[in-house]
Amino acid sequence: MMITLEYNFREPRTRTFYGYEAGDAFYEALIEAHRDLDEEQSALVNARLVLLLANHVGDVDLLREAIRLAREDVVGG
Amino acid sequence: MLKTYQYPKFPFVRPAELDSPQTRHVPVIVVGAGPVGLSAAIDLAQRNIPVVVLDEDDTVSIGSRGVCYAKRALEILDRYGVGERVVQKGVSWNVGRTFFRDEEVFRFNLVPEPDHHRPGMVNLQQYYLEEYLIDRARELPNIDLRWKSTVIGVTPGEDAVTVRVETPAGAYALSCDWLIAADGARSPIRRMLGLDIEGKIFMDRFLIADVVMKADFPPERWFWFDPPFHPGQSVLLHRQADDVWRIDFQLGWDADPEEEKKPERVIPRIRAMLGDDREFELEWVSVYTFQCRRMKRFNHGRVLFVGDSAHQVSPFGARGANSGIQDVDNLGWKLELVMQGKAPAALLDTYSDERTYAADENIRNSTRSTDFITPKGNVSKTFRNAVLGLARHHPFARGLVNSGRLSVPSFYVDSPLNTADADAFAGRMVPGAPMDDAPVAAAGGGSPWLLPHFGQGFRLMIALDDAAALDAATAEGLAALRRGAIPVEPIVIAREGGAPGGIETLHDVKGRVRERYDLQPGTVYLVRPDQHVAARWRRFDPAAIEAALRRASGQRA
Repeated sequence: MMITLEYNFREPRTRTFYGYEAGDAFYEALIEAHRDLDEEQSALVNARLVLLLANHVGDVDLLREAIRLAREDVVGG
Repeated sequence: MLKTYQYPKFPFVRPAELDSPQTRHVPVIVVGAGPVGLSAAIDLAQRNIPVVVLDEDDTVSIGSRGVCYAKRALEILDRYGVGERVVQKGVSWNVGRTFFRDEEVFRFNLVPEPDHHRPGMVNLQQYYLEEYLIDRARELPNIDLRWKSTVIGVTPGEDAVTVRVETPAGAYALSCDWLIAADGARSPIRRMLGLDIEGKIFMDRFLIADVVMKADFPPERWFWFDPPFHPGQSVLLHRQADDVWRIDFQLGWDADPEEEKKPERVIPRIRAMLGDDREFELEWVSVYTFQCRRMKRFNHGRVLFVGDSAHQVSPFGARGANSGIQDVDNLGWKLELVMQGKAPAALLDTYSDERTYAADENIRNSTRSTDFITPKGNVSKTFRNAVLGLARHHPFARGLVNSGRLSVPSFYVDSPLNTADADAFAGRMVPGAPMDDAPVAAAGGGSPWLLPHFGQGFRLMIALDDAAALDAATAEGLAALRRGAIPVEPIVIAREGGAPGGIETLHDVKGRVRERYDLQPGTVYLVRPDQHVAARWRRFDPAAIEAALRRASGQRA
């Protein structure tokens, strides 16, 4: 299985009429999750979120690919 | 004084009321002659309702304010008779480009779908829009435009509203059945009535610069995140009419507005942005902050709030004036039915229901844009920059880049005026949807586009293969709808032929109407006067249509 890099956000239980709504709703929830947290707490929330999503994905090859793409550009090539 | 535009000056005319001991009573007063107030006056005047418009000033909007007029607002302005002038004078654009630091991240196209009359967006200085609306208002004999007329008191009542108007020649009282408050974000009417408006202020400042230059940039919207010429902040560039370019620089909360407005501060910023020695002249500079907030309800007895007086959004997405014009589009026909006694006053509650729903959508979208553009805190900034970095390579991240979700109309899916589908339909023209446009050929002449054939009153669209094959029973049913207390004008959409009895027939020349509305022969749409879908069926059923019409006009079905 290949990692999905096309836009894939959706809200199955909400009827939306414009393509950006689901992704924006996710992004808002993501930022909101850090409200009133200090830096250490924020880092912990992010780590927990990665772990939860990683388990949901499950496929370790795919996760390795995601890790590779995440590091790209960040650490000088 | 601008180099490219001369502000008109409208004369104050001494009103007869100053010399009369009696308080004159009029059907409708609109307070505020901005784009929204003028639109309200035109909408009502086109319904033969006399309107007095009171404005404290005697000219159009000063400086650089509203810029972008969206497709839906243009379609409404078409109905008010000024859409074409706005499109002709304005700069139409569909392409937006986004930059992060020194690189272009991606570009988008606003109109992914062909065969719509109006473009996604037109850029035009607000003073031109107001000038065109004023020209149109002056053509309408039942609009009484009064300049230098400031409302200094308002007394709401059970049967009428009375205002006290101050003018250079003295003060007078005027009473009305309905008062429309289009008096802007700081609404004196709202304040005088002690009504609340709630929301939040964003802790940021933006510098607006209007610049005149002959530049060969294409008509596109350019947005920079953290550019080298303005590090850590965002910058937006729009082209307007007359070679005037509008630039918005994010300054941050700690900036000193008076200091930042000085040409010796502004000019180097622009020079750094243009990156060369091209000639330009500074036309206008100002600094703004903004809030996102709305009133709980937009109708308070006989006082109706429209536009900024009722709701305010951040500027990202051009959801201010565009949504105000949609308020008026929603209000006009409802007020007419109530004034005619054909609908209960409760119909005006649905103006508030539908437009607070739209305001929430606008506030939600513009707040999300603001949070992306001006991230507060390190985590927000890290996520924002991660999205922008990924967007260079990956389509999913481009979808998350939020430099403003540009004004689009609301789908009033929860409106009590809708009749729920009983039959199966595909597509997005659900009850509550704003009609999609499409090319047509009008057998009896008229616009080659669908939308101009709708609006003003209720319409019933009925789809056939051959319009001439309309059967006698249906034709009789359509004639009856036309004669009803609330008349419904029929329109036949067909591949060919003309409908009998002079019923308006449109040919679906490209098949787009069929496609966008999921039409089959016999499909019927009941459409509201503001071009929103009220109900639809797979066959013509007069009783169902009657019930849906009663519901859509606020009478219990």
